[in-house]
Amino acid sequence: MRFSGLKVLKEGLTGNKGWKPHWRDPEPKSEYDIVIIGGGGHGLSTAYYLAAEYGLKNIAVLEKGYIGGGNVGRNTTIVRANYFLPGNSEFYSHSLKLWEGLEEELNYNVMHSQRGLINLFHSDGQRDAFARRGNAMINQGDDAILLDREGVRKHLPYLDFDNVRFPVFGGLLHPRGGTARHDAVAWGYARGADQRGVDLIQNCEVTGIDIENGKVRGVQTSRGAIRAKKVAIVVAGRSGQVAAMAGMRLPIESHVLQAFVSEGLKPVIDHVVSFGMGHFYISQSDKGGLVFGGDLDMYASYAARGNLPLVEHVMEAGMTLMPMIGKAKVLRSWGGIMDMTPDGSPIIDKTDTEGLYLDCGWCYGGFKAVPGSGNCLAHLIATDRPHPAAEKLRLDRFRSGVGLMDEEGTGAQHNLH
Amino acid sequence: MRINCPVCGERDRREFYYKGAAVALERPAPDAGEAAWDAYVHLRENPAGETRELWYHESGCNGWLVVTRNTVSHEISGVALASEARS
Repeated sequence: MRFSGLKVLKEGLTGNKGWKPHWRDPEPKSEYDIVIIGGGGHGLSTAYYLAAEYGLKNIAVLEKGYIGGGNVGRNTTIVRANYFLPGNSEFYSHSLKLWEGLEEELNYNVMHSQRGLINLFHSDGQRDAFARRGNAMINQGDDAILLDREGVRKHLPYLDFDNVRFPVFGGLLHPRGGTARHDAVAWGYARGADQRGVDLIQNCEVTGIDIENGKVRGVQTSRGAIRAKKVAIVVAGRSGQVAAMAGMRLPIESHVLQAFVSEGLKPVIDHVVSFGMGHFYISQSDKGGLVFGGDLDMYASYAARGNLPLVEHVMEAGMTLMPMIGKAKVLRSWGGIMDMTPDGSPIIDKTDTEGLYLDCGWCYGGFKAVPGSGNCLAHLIATDRPHPAAEKLRLDRFRSGVGLMDEEGTGAQHNLH
Repeated sequence: MRINCPVCGERDRREFYYKGAAVALERPAPDAGEAAWDAYVHLRENPAGETRELWYHESGCNGWLVVTRNTVSHEISGVALASEARS
């Protein structure tokens, strides 16, 4: 089934009775060439690119819940490529290019909206830092425009420009940044992978990883044992537990990040706006809800909910920046489990076990990485060589201290990112 | 979350700074080697369940505390001064 304007019109006129499920619900087979643990955005895109770019067929994605039920369906949907350091810079640039062709690639409307992202600054020092970041982005081949105060006012007239503590000096505009509909990204990749023969197995929790003589042999699951020649761990916040099944300890601590959605409002915020000094960022969904968030709660957590002090802090920061949103009512909040690395940057790498691959450490920025991560991990699994855009996302950088990607410059230690 | 500081009594979470897993109390010898230092600085058990952590009572007595806490329920089952937990 392909989507097209004609198909939508026809279904609309005939009672929408011709739509089919977007993917099968297969029973797990006893053996696959490749098993991906984790049916989130990254796992699904990995399976998709393995099938679409490398022609591999005998693949299963094992998901303990349901497709689209984890962080991929519960995030603030921001897509951007405004990183500074080598490693991150080329990776996110690669990912953004994949985003730009994604809807044609998947024949799926992921509502990718390049509405522009503006990072605000509030001092001369911050302006210099953003000018430098903007130059790095341009050198990488992406786009960045340094706006002065009046330039920001043209885009965002509703800000409190004269805030006493954080007056707005200007902003770095990343025109190709924006948002996408998160569920549709999961569904689109799931459908694309399924159409190419990948088995998406839901309600299937991995309980063990079988290793013999240093080689991976398969996995134990809540739906029986599955043999596999290659296994990839792509489980975000649960990386610590799944890696432990393979006898590994990772440089990861799982933290909670809260996000919030308001009631639906008429269009009022046209861009993605980030207010780093207040730990606040916001955009408005096509449905009208204000989608916003702040910083981590800053303690290890698997609770999928946060604490009230951070809620209060995020609301205060929002009111500081844009008092006009003060009367909007918050509809719901969510606490996602974030796989935080010491330097705040991700890992796509092999492990010491032959045939076992690792994709984790996405911290609080995994959504925009969904296409790039799957594309690069698929390359690694299919060819056993890192993709050029991800060759610096190494696991051993922490042990060696070489190639750390500490964007914030706070030191590669847990709890500093 | 509220933390029952052995010195100050029960206080709001906002008074405390979270340092991380209490592995920080087990500093290896300077010449213990790369693997030991990597484990100490970077690698974490990261359990979903009970864990021992270091918290610093920065808006109170300035004491370092070892907090036994469940990362799934946020329940706190024990708090001790780090100086006593260590010995």
